[in-house]
Amino acid sequence: MILLETVDLSKQFGDVHACDHVNFTVNKGEFLSLVGSNGAGKTSLVNLISGHLKPDSGRILFEDKDLTFAPVYERIRAGIARSFQIVNLFDALSVFDNVALSIFSRERKVVKIAALADRDQDVRREALDVLSQFGLAEKSAVFAGGLAQGERKLLDVAVAYALRPKLLFLDEPTSGVSTRDKTQIMDTVSSVVRAGAVTAVVIEHDMDVVFRYSDRIVMMHEGRFLADGTPEAIKANKDVANILLGAPLSA
Amino acid sequence: MLADVSRAQPKLLLFAAAAVVLILLALLPSYISLYQTQLLTYGLIAAIAALGFNLLLGYTGLLSFGHSAFFGIGAYSVAFLLRDAGIRSMELYILIGLPVAALTSALFGYICVRHTRIFFGILTLALSQVLWTLTYKFFWVTGGSDGLRVGRPTLLAGMLTFTGRDAFQRFINGYYYYVLAVFAICVVIMWVIVHSPFGKALQAIRDNETRAAFLGLRIRRFRWVAFLISGTFTGLAGILWVPLNGLTTPEVLYWPFSGEIVFMTLLGGFRNFTGPIVGGILFTYLKTYAVAATEYWQLLLGVVLVLLVMLLPTGIVGAISATAAKLRWKEKPA
Amino acid sequence: MSILIIQILNSLFYASVLFLIAAGLSLIFGVMRIVNMAHGTFYAVGAFVTAWLVGRAIALGVPAAWTFLLIPVGAGAVALLGVAIEPLLRPFYRRAEEYQLLVTFGLLLILEDVIRLLWGGLPLSADPVMDVLPSIRFGGLIYPGYNLVVIAIGVAAAIGLWAVIYRTKFGVMLRATSQDRRMASALGLNVGLVYVSAFAIGCFMAGLGGAIIVPTQTAVLGMGIDALILAFVVVVIGGLGSLQGALVGALIVSFVRTAGIQFFPEIELAVLYLIAAVVLLVKPTGLFGTA
Repeated sequence: MILLETVDLSKQFGDVHACDHVNFTVNKGEFLSLVGSNGAGKTSLVNLISGHLKPDSGRILFEDKDLTFAPVYERIRAGIARSFQIVNLFDALSVFDNVALSIFSRERKVVKIAALADRDQDVRREALDVLSQFGLAEKSAVFAGGLAQGERKLLDVAVAYALRPKLLFLDEPTSGVSTRDKTQIMDTVSSVVRAGAVTAVVIEHDMDVVFRYSDRIVMMHEGRFLADGTPEAIKANKDVANILLGAPLSA
Repeated sequence: MLADVSRAQPKLLLFAAAAVVLILLALLPSYISLYQTQLLTYGLIAAIAALGFNLLLGYTGLLSFGHSAFFGIGAYSVAFLLRDAGIRSMELYILIGLPVAALTSALFGYICVRHTRIFFGILTLALSQVLWTLTYKFFWVTGGSDGLRVGRPTLLAGMLTFTGRDAFQRFINGYYYYVLAVFAICVVIMWVIVHSPFGKALQAIRDNETRAAFLGLRIRRFRWVAFLISGTFTGLAGILWVPLNGLTTPEVLYWPFSGEIVFMTLLGGFRNFTGPIVGGILFTYLKTYAVAATEYWQLLLGVVLVLLVMLLPTGIVGAISATAAKLRWKEKPA
Repeated sequence: MSILIIQILNSLFYASVLFLIAAGLSLIFGVMRIVNMAHGTFYAVGAFVTAWLVGRAIALGVPAAWTFLLIPVGAGAVALLGVAIEPLLRPFYRRAEEYQLLVTFGLLLILEDVIRLLWGGLPLSADPVMDVLPSIRFGGLIYPGYNLVVIAIGVAAAIGLWAVIYRTKFGVMLRATSQDRRMASALGLNVGLVYVSAFAIGCFMAGLGGAIIVPTQTAVLGMGIDALILAFVVVVIGGLGSLQGALVGALIVSFVRTAGIQFFPEIELAVLYLIAAVVLLVKPTGLFGTA
């Protein structure tokens, strides 16, 4: 079942085609990796879908809804969420509050002015639950700004995950982290995501990570899709190998 | 279970401390002069104004240079109610004045929160200037630079009136307790607001607007509501102020007065809850003595403001809690 | 018809002054990324200093024609003031915006009271300068020659500023620093010097605005705040950090203000804010904004 579909999605920055008539479909339940060299257009695509950028042309369809020009909050409400490549947290709030906020927002409880946030037991329980799934439960009282880098990356994902989205975009969840931590992070992320039956699209550079965790891999190059398939298919794809090794593409 | 208890303990301590402070404040008039009681009343009123202001600055991250507008609207509402409707009841002043302040905040807020931080500040300044100019221009309505007089109101739905023998003394004491009660209510309300899910969302928006948007929060709407509440609190301060002062003039709408509100919040510290309260009370005392000492009081204010921003950006309360934290850390190193 | 010409000339006159103030504000923001809340007060200082100098000069028996030279002196004094104050602001360039606004607001409070301290609460005028130049007659109406000179000064300032920024080596340094401070520093540019210069130029322009307006309009307390607000409306419309924006914005604001005063004297301010609000809605960074 198709969850997300972009039709001829395009975005230009001056002469650079960040996205060039991209037709992207994501199926429900997939764990998809979006790969490509720097500047291939991966983050632009995610920015367009999540609402950070407005497209020049094309459409974005999510579960029969046309979200092309929808404001960000509408997309979140529809069920799209994202984490950020450069960690984007509420540093002055505690780890617990960061996640709790997602839940409050999701449950539309953020309009409550006359109730104390800490008293909401349902939210507390769920927040602690999410945090323990991501291995951050002991740090729940710590200020987000005080975490180590690996923990911050996990928290960034947890905050997006706590929105219980239908479609979760993870922008380089393992970038800037040591190799050992990478595996740990991806193990956590992929197991939580699969357990929660959330469809995920992960932007990733580390091909080992990509091959290990993905159901499907999509490679972008200069704003277009170059290859799209299972890890085996991609491994066998000559163009992909050439891109990765820097050799010229076949005609 | 254990987690809940350890979370509860600091709160109990907080409530205990607040109760002690409240009791002290209630006992104070018996030990200090009438003049001091009056001064303290002004201090509590300033604290209410600063508390409202800080919802916008400390918790939402918006710096307004035009809060004098709401204080002034509150004050002038009372003056108009007295002059044109003969109303003397303090409760009616609040009941009618508060919605007026709220409406003004809603309107000004709607215009201002559409804009980024720099322009937000200037726009708040501009709107308060418009109000000030109008107060001057329509002097036949507002009394112009002479202002409007306000006599002693009746408290508690007319049960307490202040006429006859010892009227002034009874009024000062009675009004002090009235303001203290309103102040306590305001503190509780504001405390609940900043600790509510709404309050947490505001802080999130303050810290990271982008992420907050990606949490599904409607940024502009939150800021507008915060503006509305903030202006209403400051308006309430204006309503409480004018019966005590006996007179309202356009000065209370003029931009330096907005500056005083900013200053007192900064003095106490805008990054925590009690800062504005401490700042409001402290500032009232400082101003009284400074104005007596020098004619160039605004100059002094400016100098101290600059020094504060440079040396003590977290204000007095912030500095105290930082020192306390340092001492605690020294006692038991992690 | 002649009345229309007078109104147009008045608008151009006022636009010149507004341009100077707004361009100064925009320049400082463009290069240093700080917004100076006291900028309007620098304008006021320029007006007061110039008026005072003119008064002293006349009292000393200096012929009226020479008092013209006091205008750049007044502006220069403000530039010096800027140079003296800039080191105070240095710690705040990289801090959160609130602190910049607070510290420059403190500066505003200080300077406004310093004006009161130095010159009392009484308005100061500099009429003699205006009287130096003859009035021009055309089509049955008389228009002060001085106003035409102000318009010329405005045009000259616009051209001069453009030339400095886009045609001189110093201008290249300014633009480099404004785009990427660290890079400019790494390339050997004395960023500190660039900053002080930019601030001085910005203050000079504000002071010049005050100096040229004071012969036609007495210097009063509070003129700084009004100028600050108007300057911001100009940069809202034109875009913060843009020279053309300051020019276009100044023209728009000035014409609207003149028309407003003519027909709706009470709500003239409201019309301006309305325009600003509309522009912000349509193009949040202003017509030419880079911020």
